[in-house]
Amino acid sequence: MAVDYQLPATPFQISGSAAPYEQGNFMKQSSHTTTMNKPVKLSAQQLNFFYGDFQALTNISLDVHEKQVTALIGPSGCGKSTFLRCINRMNDLIPTARTEGAILMDDQNILDPSLDVVTLRSRVGMVFQKPNPFPKTIFENVAYGLRVNGVKDKQFIAERVEKSLEQAALMDEIKDRLHDSALGLSGGQQQRLCIARALAVEPEVMLMDEPASALDPISTQKIEELIHTLKDSLTIIIVTHNMQQAARVSDVTAFFYIGKLIEMDVTDTIFTRPKLKQTEDYITGRFG
Amino acid sequence: MNQTATRKINTTSPPPASDTGTLKPPAEHVRPRYYLQPRRRIMEKVVFNGFRTAAVINGLALVIILYFMVSNGWRAITWTFLTQAPFDSMTQGGILPCIVGTICLSLGAIIVAFPIGVASAIYLSEYAAPGKTLRIIRLGIGNLAGVPSVVFGLFGLAFFVTFLKLGVSILAGSLTLGAMSLPVIISTTEEALRSVPDTYREASLGLGATKLQTIMRVVLPTAMPGILTSVILGISRAAGETAPIMFTAAVFYTPHLPSSIFDEIMALPYHIYVLATAGTEIEATRHLQYGTALVLIALVLGMNLIAIVYRARLRRRLS
Repeated sequence: MAVDYQLPATPFQISGSAAPYEQGNFMKQSSHTTTMNKPVKLSAQQLNFFYGDFQALTNISLDVHEKQVTALIGPSGCGKSTFLRCINRMNDLIPTARTEGAILMDDQNILDPSLDVVTLRSRVGMVFQKPNPFPKTIFENVAYGLRVNGVKDKQFIAERVEKSLEQAALMDEIKDRLHDSALGLSGGQQQRLCIARALAVEPEVMLMDEPASALDPISTQKIEELIHTLKDSLTIIIVTHNMQQAARVSDVTAFFYIGKLIEMDVTDTIFTRPKLKQTEDYITGRFG
Repeated sequence: MNQTATRKINTTSPPPASDTGTLKPPAEHVRPRYYLQPRRRIMEKVVFNGFRTAAVINGLALVIILYFMVSNGWRAITWTFLTQAPFDSMTQGGILPCIVGTICLSLGAIIVAFPIGVASAIYLSEYAAPGKTLRIIRLGIGNLAGVPSVVFGLFGLAFFVTFLKLGVSILAGSLTLGAMSLPVIISTTEEALRSVPDTYREASLGLGATKLQTIMRVVLPTAMPGILTSVILGISRAAGETAPIMFTAAVFYTPHLPSSIFDEIMALPYHIYVLATAGTEIEATRHLQYGTALVLIALVLGMNLIAIVYRARLRRRLS
């Protein structure tokens, strides 16, 4: 079968404007390299972000390792969702937004203004807080990303849709109604459909913005199981308000507070022996 | 147990907490006074009955108008009336040229106004950066909607008929009616586009779609039922207007059906106006006037019905 579809592997120019990676200045992360010895996929360097005059992120520097789940925790308004939306440049949609610093993905600065955001977003998938399937059929929802990226081969699309739905553990439940409206699914199924939709374009990184906060416990469990299997093939960054969820699904946890990265470490360490009192207070529920 | 604590604060007199943690409803005598005030309940009844009356008056007005039209005009509606041209100073024969003329003008107006209106609405709601320019454009469109239709008629006469030398024709009339229904189409379409949740746009962009792809494949299909509403409103307005066409398209009398868009025509609203005010036999043609009005209403309703059925089908497919 002729496959005329291929995502560009490295379409970006290496930017000269990227802030130099200063080891000394960079946040001390962890001596626990056991789960951090995978290659770095994303690296934020002295990232500052502004909504107009308001600084939402201050000097964020952190590394996200390949094929791991990195959880971002912190109280509402601490900047974790803003950080997430910097990674696929979703913040570009806000007219007053301004970014400083760099985010390197495979050593290319994705904040470079000359970079093609459309290509970036097909490499970095996103799942939103509220399930947001299009008012189309289930099949068309999953096929959407392929179609907008120019895939015409019908057989290829059908195979990829099927594979994505299977990856998202949804195929068994909906295989008889692929051509029914996606809005007829339950909330949890809709969210898994959104994950399948994001998977169909084969992203390298998946951003999840509180993907289970609008779902019931059983649907939440399914999403968490899904995250667990997906991390074999892609890098996941998840924002969550649910501390237990962060503890269950993530390998590394980063704690944000008022726009700053307070502490980042292997999840087990963060939840059992945090280095900072502030982190411990938040995790144990004493504030936030 | 935590929940029990907060519930206690909200009640004026905390009931004794039982060991099982379940709360008994507070006893009647400890309820705050406002529970007992009947004024709120009366107020509720009065206000909602007021709303209901307003709605009923509205519906009644429509029923009365229809009854009046039908009772006065139904005798005029015959096969001859619908299929023949008028003769004998329009006291005899039918109104076929008027029916054809009005259909041509309404469709022409929509063909002119729909693409321009929808394109403008997309630009205004999806692309244009908020700011002074956008506010001025919106203000302009709002004012355009408020311009009296006779002014559009004069504009059409001066610009389309005379300046562009289109003459009194279907084309000039369609352009004038189109210009007149533009503001309605733009504002209704914009409303429809705004009602598409931003999460759809984000999801589409997040999958690597361009802005244009997002608009064409997600935003427009989702907004389509609302956009069809704009067509309905536009057709209704265009079909019923007299003033914009009396200088630009419609003539007092022509026995011929139009053969091209440069022909002049008769039209239903103008025909009613002529029969009722300018004819020689005003009293004798009373029933013909009502009959023509009835046909006009039926025609507008018929054209709208097509859009309404299509819209209902779209809505069903979207949900």
